[in-house]
Amino acid sequence: MKTQHLHYLPETPSQTAGPYVHIGLIPHQAGFDIFEKNFSNSVVSDGTKGERIRVEGRVIDGAGTPVRDVLVEIWQANAAGRYNHPLDRQEDKAADPTFRGWGRTGGDFQTGIYTFETIKPGAVAGRAGRGVMAPHINFWIVARGINIGLNTRMYFSDETDANARDPVLRMIEHEDRRSTLIGQRSARDGATVYTFDIYLQGERETVFFDV
Amino acid sequence: MDGQKDFRIRDRQIPAQPEFVARDRSVHPPAYTPEYKTTYLRSPQRALLSLQNSLSEITGPLFGHGELGPLDNDLILNYAKDQEPVGPRIIVHGHVLDGDGKGVPHTLVEFWQANAGGRYRHKNDSYVAAIDPNFGGCGRTITDENGYYYFRTIRPGPYPWRNFASSWRPAHIHFSLFGSGFAQRLITQLYFEGDPLIPLDPMIRGIPSERGRESLVALLDMNAQVQLDTLAYRWNIVLRGSRQTLFENKLQGN
Ligand SMILES: [Fe+2]
Repeated sequence: MKTQHLHYLPETPSQTAGPYVHIGLIPHQAGFDIFEKNFSNSVVSDGTKGERIRVEGRVIDGAGTPVRDVLVEIWQANAAGRYNHPLDRQEDKAADPTFRGWGRTGGDFQTGIYTFETIKPGAVAGRAGRGVMAPHINFWIVARGINIGLNTRMYFSDETDANARDPVLRMIEHEDRRSTLIGQRSARDGATVYTFDIYLQGERETVFFDV
Repeated sequence: MDGQKDFRIRDRQIPAQPEFVARDRSVHPPAYTPEYKTTYLRSPQRALLSLQNSLSEITGPLFGHGELGPLDNDLILNYAKDQEPVGPRIIVHGHVLDGDGKGVPHTLVEFWQANAGGRYRHKNDSYVAAIDPNFGGCGRTITDENGYYYFRTIRPGPYPWRNFASSWRPAHIHFSLFGSGFAQRLITQLYFEGDPLIPLDPMIRGIPSERGRESLVALLDMNAQVQLDTLAYRWNIVLRGSRQTLFENKLQGN
């Protein structure tokens, strides 16, 4: 006989962000201005510590076509490898109050290219403080036709040794799939650019996480 | 945020149990729902790789009440030019809760919608219904210390879309939610009690359970009306809960 019941509430079901997600989250891209202050793809301020980088790429569907109405958000640690959040208690790493570490943008309606202006994050302590995670940027992707937001990570092509030790990359059983999470570093017009294309399907399907 | 240069965290309550329960994917639509055709080419085909929570998942962006403008939660006024927008005036309110039923305090809630005719103020929307010059269609607020949120708007209209030759979306408001960690990030939609288009909608029909589908329906709340002025709907949103970590190592930096 069952006499007691657990009363945990189930999560509210996800629904697609739809084709007009820009109105709510980046209204300027929808074609109008409404808020005094707007969130943007620029994560850095003048005083932010760290190497300035641009992260750009496309989200590509199963037919090889860029998802031009995609919305992308990033969440990352500061240059010292610390998140701007009270649960990050890595007291040996300096906080950077000029850096929230979060940005959002949309794919360009013509090309599908998304762009972030940010800094390269430092390495972050691993789960429960054990080990070290290689520098990475957390991605969250929504769009028309995506029923629940997709989580992935971008690691850095110039961090070969750290990537080889990273506990998350090492969990990926098929080693060739690890490369789907590596942003490729290049120099362009004096700026450092990491190119990170995200494939929703196909041979090169990006590794997505159930976080 | 434009012009904002100081993201210092001020006296935020830290959840007692900092990790999230594993996401119960059975409450959500699967990535591929055949009735919603666009999912065919945009749904990952491979299994998601399950991660235990690290700092990258339990932390997430926090927002201050001061980052928003005073009219950001009033869609009747936040784009009004020479008069107020057309349509039934409504208040939408409720709580953002976690899996234990506790309010999620100080979390950003964003919302967007079509106007009363079912038309979006968006350069890609070409529906024949008229743009309302006094209606923007988006707003945002931050929950109070109890997880309570509210905003004022006009009731959106249904609109057609190309899925089947002519599918119709029930009236709805899109919601974006954060919680305290990036792993709680959620986008969903609110529907209105009694709308006969609800059972026909491919997006709602993608949700596996009746309970899940019903949980997206806001209820008419006569007690919260503004008398002789504005109707009200109540809708609670539940974000992923935290899990007990009894007898486990405390989470901390090295
Ligand atoms: Fe919509």
